[in-house]
Formats: sequence, structure tokens, C-alpha cells
Amino acid sequence: MDFEYLFELLCSGVVKGSIYALIALGYTMVYGIIQLINFAHGEVYMIGAFVAFIVTGVLTLSGHSGLTVLLLAALAAVIYAAAYGYTLEKIAYRPLRNAPRLSPLISAIGASIFLMNFVQLVQTPDFLPFPELISDFDFMEPISRYLSSVDLIILIVTTVTMIALTVLIKYTRTGKAMRATQQDMIMARLSGINVDRVISATFIIGSVLAAIAGVLIASRTGQINSAIGFTAGLKAFTAAVLGGIGNIPGAVLGGLVLGIAETLGAGYISSAYEDVFAFGLLVLILTLRPSGLLGKAVKQKV
Amino acid sequence: MQKSTLVKLFATAFVAVLVASPASAADTIKIGVAGPHTGDLAPYGIPTKEAAEMVVAEVNAKGGINGKQIELMIVDDQCKPEIATNVATKLVSESVNIVIGHVCSGATKAAMGIYKGAKLIAISPSATNPPLTKSGEYPNFYRTIAADDDQAMLAASFATDKLKAKKVAIIHDKGDYGKGFADFSKVAIETGGKAKVVMYEGIQPGALDYSAVVQKLRSEGADTLIFGGYHPEASKILSLLNKKKIKIAFIGPDGIKGDGFLKIAGKDAEGVYATGPKDVAKLPLNIKAHDEYKAKYKKEPGTFFDQGYAAMLAALNAIKVAGGTDYDALGKALKSSSVETTVGKIKFDTKGDAEGVGFSVYQVKNGAFAEVK
Repeated sequence: MDFEYLFELLCSGVVKGSIYALIALGYTMVYGIIQLINFAHGEVYMIGAFVAFIVTGVLTLSGHSGLTVLLLAALAAVIYAAAYGYTLEKIAYRPLRNAPRLSPLISAIGASIFLMNFVQLVQTPDFLPFPELISDFDFMEPISRYLSSVDLIILIVTTVTMIALTVLIKYTRTGKAMRATQQDMIMARLSGINVDRVISATFIIGSVLAAIAGVLIASRTGQINSAIGFTAGLKAFTAAVLGGIGNIPGAVLGGLVLGIAETLGAGYISSAYEDVFAFGLLVLILTLRPSGLLGKAVKQKV
Repeated sequence: MQKSTLVKLFATAFVAVLVASPASAADTIKIGVAGPHTGDLAPYGIPTKEAAEMVVAEVNAKGGINGKQIELMIVDDQCKPEIATNVATKLVSESVNIVIGHVCSGATKAAMGIYKGAKLIAISPSATNPPLTKSGEYPNFYRTIAADDDQAMLAASFATDKLKAKKVAIIHDKGDYGKGFADFSKVAIETGGKAKVVMYEGIQPGALDYSAVVQKLRSEGADTLIFGGYHPEASKILSLLNKKKIKIAFIGPDGIKGDGFLKIAGKDAEGVYATGPKDVAKLPLNIKAHDEYKAKYKKEPGTFFDQGYAAMLAALNAIKVAGGTDYDALGKALKSSSVETTVGKIKFDTKGDAEGVGFSVYQVKNGAFAEVK
């Protein structure tokens, strides 16, 4: 047994898993509060990457470099994506808040397709080269074959985001309002919570997470186009469901399980069947634990 | 009895009138041009037809070949095999001397059986299906375009002969184009016997990360990577190879030989090999043909125009060299006499593939593809 190879694969799996987790966090948070699968999340991720691409281009032309570019590009992406998230909720989901649950789901798919095609038409359907915003750290050099600098940053950001979200929802006033809204919207309103504002805030936070993921991941893959949100969104959604949708540590666990399963499957069997391992695992886990790894079984009131 | 004889008589007379109608039949050389001229595949057939018409107009104006004028017989097969057999039968019954066509591989295959029986030579500008020549089934078939597997054979021989590869890894994107290239490369390397295929894997196009497959590449100790697919995936793999400091020669198909790849892969592209069609745009004959076309039609020529033009020139040259249109003499002339065409100076090998047509290996040097001599 070649342990070094196994270790390399595990490292790759953890990195891939945290990429999935970073996107999955936004999915799972929105679902946790309003029980809506926001299919347009992947597109907000893509838009975040595009904004960062454009801002980076402008900043690089005007002579800035390094950390300034990364921070400004990420800031612009975050603000832009937050605006998109807010608007999306107002246009596509708020009018359907009291409609049957299937309607906002269809509306979400519609919004996703609309945004993908919108970017394709106003920008380009071609792939664009995304600059490497995070330069290699010297102290990473000895272990660069296992973990690159971007990988390290993705791991850190995913962990920090997970903790920050948990703290936000468990211990802050906004978090309390979010949980109240999730439990009973009418009762929350009666006790003085501005439900509309809470839901808007949920979407803004979700979109901010998507934009950060977009900037980091695009900087790692080195290319973007209008369709990246779809594939990324699909896998991240799978990760969220695997970990128990609505549960924040669950999204990270789901992402890691998915990433490691795919990598080991590809490394030891065949990468041609990577998706088969991913979705096979999903079927298996959902059969044994229908609410996901960390999800709580919801008691239906009869 | 009487009645049927009468019908036969009428039928014969009718056919006779049809055949005889292009009057001076005996004094012209008849060349059939077959391909899709209507339907959704017409853009692939019409440029060849236009090329044939241009060549014939020029040659006829100069007095024809061997003192005879050339007459074109243009038939439309819509790229459908069942229509191709019909039009092939028509060309045979009109006793044409040589056929330029067909265009689609399926239609070509259907028609070749009929031409073979009638001892009629066909030169296709575009049928790339490998067995058409390589099976040896159709000794009357020639083509002025490279076969589908030529590119992969070139990549494989380049890896083993020039790069002295010993352990080759093959990765493809599971699509028709990429997997086809990968499969042909694998067969070529295995039958060549100079190197071993240590890894053969499909990857998921559009995936976020290919680390696993890259790690595997290292653990198998591959020295050369042949990649079947397009530039987005190639760029992602190259970037990982560089990040993980894996030194390996990278060979891709013409799907990565373009500006898109250079733009996206950036500095990772440096040193990458790619096979691609030979550059014919600078050949004098090619420039002349394109200029004439643009003057006549006010637009750029379409797909397979160069190959169609070359097929016509090769056919006329063979007729001239053979001094007539005898089947055996024509075949010998096609295989022995080189001719300058729009795709380079060509003659045909024993199987009917044009020598000197096809692909070259290019390498990225200072951010641009340069031909490897």
C-alpha cells in the first residue's frame, strides 16, 4: 500500500471538499431559514467571479498589484453579489412567499437560467482567463505537492465562514430573528420581527458567501465562463443535502465527504466514474439517513 | 409478349435520348461532382462544387485537357447514403470518367460499392472515416484530406520517436472528439510497441478540480501525457501540473491549438505540444484560388474548398498524365505523379490517402504556436 499516494489523494479530497463546502454554506443557510432551495446561488457565485475578473482587470491596468487587487476585487464582488441576492429575492421569491412550495422552486430555476444566459449575452460565452490573485507563499513551498497556497486559503476561509455563520445564527440578535422566522413566520411577525428584512438579510449573507467562493475558486481554477455556476452549484447542492440541508456544519461535512469520496474513487478506480461515486454515495446516505448526515428528522404534525 | 417488347423498346429509346442529350458526349471528359448541395449539410458540399466549377472554367478556357473539354455532372446526395447510391448509379449510367466526392463519410461508403463495380475512381475532399482507405476494400477510393486517426497516429509517433516516451498517460474528456483521439492514440502506441500506456482515464468536463487524476499521473510515473479534449480542461490540468511541480510532456489535439488555449493557460501553456492541420494558407496556389473565389462570390470560401479544389486538380493531372481515362492508367497516375494543389504538393499512397496532406506538431514558444520541424 502506497501511503504517500493515499495522503496526496486525501489532501486533494479535503481541498475539493472545502471548495464544495464553501458554496454549500450559502445554499444551506438560505434553506435553513426559509426552506427554499435557491438554485440561483450558483449563478450569484458566477457573477461574483465575473465582477472580480472585471475589477482585477481595471486595477491591474491602473498599476495596482498583489493584496490590494485581491481585497478590492473581492469587496466589489461581495457588494455586487449582495445587491443581486437582495434584488433576486424581491423579484423572484417574495411575491411567491405564500404560494405552494413548488412555485418558488420553479422560480429559482428560472432565475438561475435567466442569470446564466444574461451573463452569456452581455459578457461572452467563451472562457476567460482568471488571474491568479493569491501568489504562492514561501512557507508553503516544501508541501506544495500536497497543498498550494490557494488551497490553504480556501481551507481557512471555509472553516472561518462555518464558525462565523454558526455564531451569527446562534448568538446574535439577527440570528435569533432568523431562527424565529424559520420556526413560525406569522408568530415572528407578531412578536415584532421584521420578517421581510430578516429574509433579505439571509439572501444578502448567502450571496456574499457565494461571491467569496467565486473569487477564491476562480482564482484557483484560473478560468471562468457563464456556465461555471451550474456545475459548481449542482455539486455544492449535493454536498448540502448529504450533510443535512439547513445545517451549517453539515454543509462542510457533506462537502468533505463528497470531495474525499470523489478523489479516492478517481485515484484508485477511475476518474471517468467520479460523478458515479458522488451521486452513488448520495443515494446510499439518503437511504440510510433521509435527512442527511447531520440533519434532524423533522416531525410532521398530523 | 408483344406488349412487353414494345415497352422495352420505348424504355430503351427513352434512356437513349436522355444519355445522348448532352450532344458532343464522346469528345468531352465527364467528371461527376457528388455531395450535399441542398439540406442542412449543404455548406459542406457547395464549396467543393464551386471549386470544381472554377477549376473547370479555367482549364476549359485554356483548351481543356488532352485537347478535350471538360464537362461537369453535378449531383446532390444530401449526405444521405440512400440518395448517394441513387446518384452514384446515375453517374455510372451516364458513364462519367471520374468522380469528385462524396462529401460525408456515410454517403461516400454507400456510393463506393457502386463505383467499385463500375471501375470508376472517386476522389473525396472530405470523407475522413479511416477504413475507407485503410481497410483496402475500395482500391478506387482516394482522398485529399487526412483520415480521422491520422492526428492521433502523429501524436503517438511524435511521443515515442521524437520525445522518446516510455510511459505514456492518456486522458480524455469522454466526448466523441476527445475520446476518439485518445482511443486512436492508445491503439497506435500499443501497436507501436515502443512505449507503454500506463494510464488511460476519462475526466468529467467542467469539473472544479482534477487533482486526483494529476496525482495518479505522478504515482504511475508517466513521462508523457496525451490529452484528448478541448482547451478549458487542458488548461486546468496544466495549471495543476505546474502547481504540483510535475514535469511531463503534454501533447494535445487541434482542439487546444488556438488562441483560446494560449489566453486561458497563459504561462502554463509554454512548451505544450499540439497537433494541428498543416498551414496551407500561404501556398501560392491556395492564395490564388482564394483570391479568385473572393472576386467571384464576394465572400470567403467555405469548408473543404481547398480540399475540393485539390481533388479536382489531382484528377485532371492524372487524366493528363495517363493520357486518357482508363481506370488502371488513372490509378497509376494518381499514385505516381505529384501535383501542386491548394493543400500542398500531393500524390496518393497505395491505399488512396494523399501523402503530404494532414497534420503537423506545433509547440508553444513565447506564447505562440510554432511548427516543430
